Amino acid sequence: MTALLEVEDLRVAYGKIEAVKGISFTVEAGQVVTLIGTNGAGKTTTLRTLSGLLKPVGGSIKFNGKTLRKYRADQIVSLGLAHSPEGRHIFPRMTIENNLRLGAYLRTDKTGIEKDIQRAYDLFPILGERRKQAAGTLSGGEQQMLAMGRALMSQPKLLMLDEPSMGLSPIMMQKIMATIAELKAGGTTILLVEQNAQAALSLADHGHVMEVGKIVLSGTGGDLLHDESVRKAYLGED
Amino acid sequence: MHELPQQLVNGLLLGSMYGLIAIGYTMVYGIVQLINFAHGEIFMVGGFGALTVWLWLPGGTTMWVAIPLMIIGAVIVSTTVAVGAERFAYRPLRGAPRLAPLITAIGLSLALQQAVWAWYPNAKSSRTFPEIPGDSIHIGSVTIQPGDLFLVVAAPICMFALGWFVMKTRVGRGMQATAQDPDTAKLMGVNTDRVIVVAFALGAAFAGIAAVAYGFRYGEVNFRMGFLWGLKAFTAAVLGGIGNIYGAMIGGLVLGIAEAMATAYMNDIPGMDKLGGQSWADVWAFVLLIVVLLVRPQGLLGERVADRA
Repeated sequence: MTALLEVEDLRVAYGKIEAVKGISFTVEAGQVVTLIGTNGAGKTTTLRTLSGLLKPVGGSIKFNGKTLRKYRADQIVSLGLAHSPEGRHIFPRMTIENNLRLGAYLRTDKTGIEKDIQRAYDLFPILGERRKQAAGTLSGGEQQMLAMGRALMSQPKLLMLDEPSMGLSPIMMQKIMATIAELKAGGTTILLVEQNAQAALSLADHGHVMEVGKIVLSGTGGDLLHDESVRKAYLGED
Repeated sequence: MHELPQQLVNGLLLGSMYGLIAIGYTMVYGIVQLINFAHGEIFMVGGFGALTVWLWLPGGTTMWVAIPLMIIGAVIVSTTVAVGAERFAYRPLRGAPRLAPLITAIGLSLALQQAVWAWYPNAKSSRTFPEIPGDSIHIGSVTIQPGDLFLVVAAPICMFALGWFVMKTRVGRGMQATAQDPDTAKLMGVNTDRVIVVAFALGAAFAGIAAVAYGFRYGEVNFRMGFLWGLKAFTAAVLGGIGNIYGAMIGGLVLGIAEAMATAYMNDIPGMDKLGGQSWADVWAFVLLIVVLLVRPQGLLGERVADRA
């Protein structure tokens, strides 16, 4: 069986500086795959390339049997790849509800959209309570919920989450991770980029450790969680 | 001060024309951070588009038939020029240093002026615009000329239509998203290239309608009219807070009223007796801009800076 996402020898550069130096990995339907690593490892660059915001200098990306290189970012969304960006990037001057509606920008099924907005409110009740409020007034954790809810609105085949726990309080982080687990249990395929390796690896079927643009270690979530070098480098143990 | 209501109405009429043109500056700036200095000329060519339609129509066509056709002519010419400018002059420069598209805009503005001057028949001096027949309308002490009736009807319709489009339609939401965060808008599936074209086209359509209003109000169009009107409308956009469409409308109205008031009353203030009248109107418009920007650098409805938590 072929994977939903196949990345092969992907290379991305900012000018002359190569940020991603030939990485390969796959994501199968129904899996949660995580990329972990420190700042500057190239994780965010990888996601931004997958969603078409950056153009690769080499390698290939196949999503659902299609070569992504030929598509613009907005077309890639229509193929079923949703990206909740690092730093949340909700639209601050729009209401929460309009933020969600934008997530469904390419959909035309009105009743389906309303149903999915309701589903986002069920998933994150605080969003429903504040639906008419400007999104910029939400706290960091609530903005993260909105960003995830918004990404789900496109009914993606693959959901890419970039640092969903960044800058959140421990309680809020647990909430977000629990939601990701809930989405996983519901069958959503997720590519998760995290600096919080412990939380990410406990959720993931597969994990890849990135260092300065390369994948240096791969394995199942459990394997990596118990790998000595990972524990030393990312889990703060010695 | 018995003529105050009349001066207010004059200011509102003037101001709604500034506002209609200002929307083009503000929408384009809000989405691509480009000051399209050729927008004044987009307005001007709209006037000639309307005039051309009028000249094509058989003599004796009633104004009820002619006006809608002239609007269509103006809008088609303005939007075609604006969309063409976006496609062939500005888009190739996207991502270039900001001065490059700015200089392109100024060059385009001169080129459009000269093109009309050189190639439009008899455009080296003003060309007479048709008149809206009928008598002036009197409401209390206020008189409205028939030529201004077009503006009285068209300006509010345009403003409401734009507000509805931006707030309520899907493409309008895509525009807001692109203005706030273009990369994330792409991640929602918004085709930002198309949104940019829509912004140019809408702004140009309003400028075309403003040009028809100009023609009916002043009874003429000329190849130079885009310069000062473009500059004033740009002033209105900055005054209201550039990037904000309601700001453009309000900035236009404030500017128009201020100009009308200064023109009418400045001479009455002791010691200022040579600073009123039409010849000083432009000066007072820019004085107002300077004062407002000193107090509120972001303009009347300008965006707050701290938006992100």
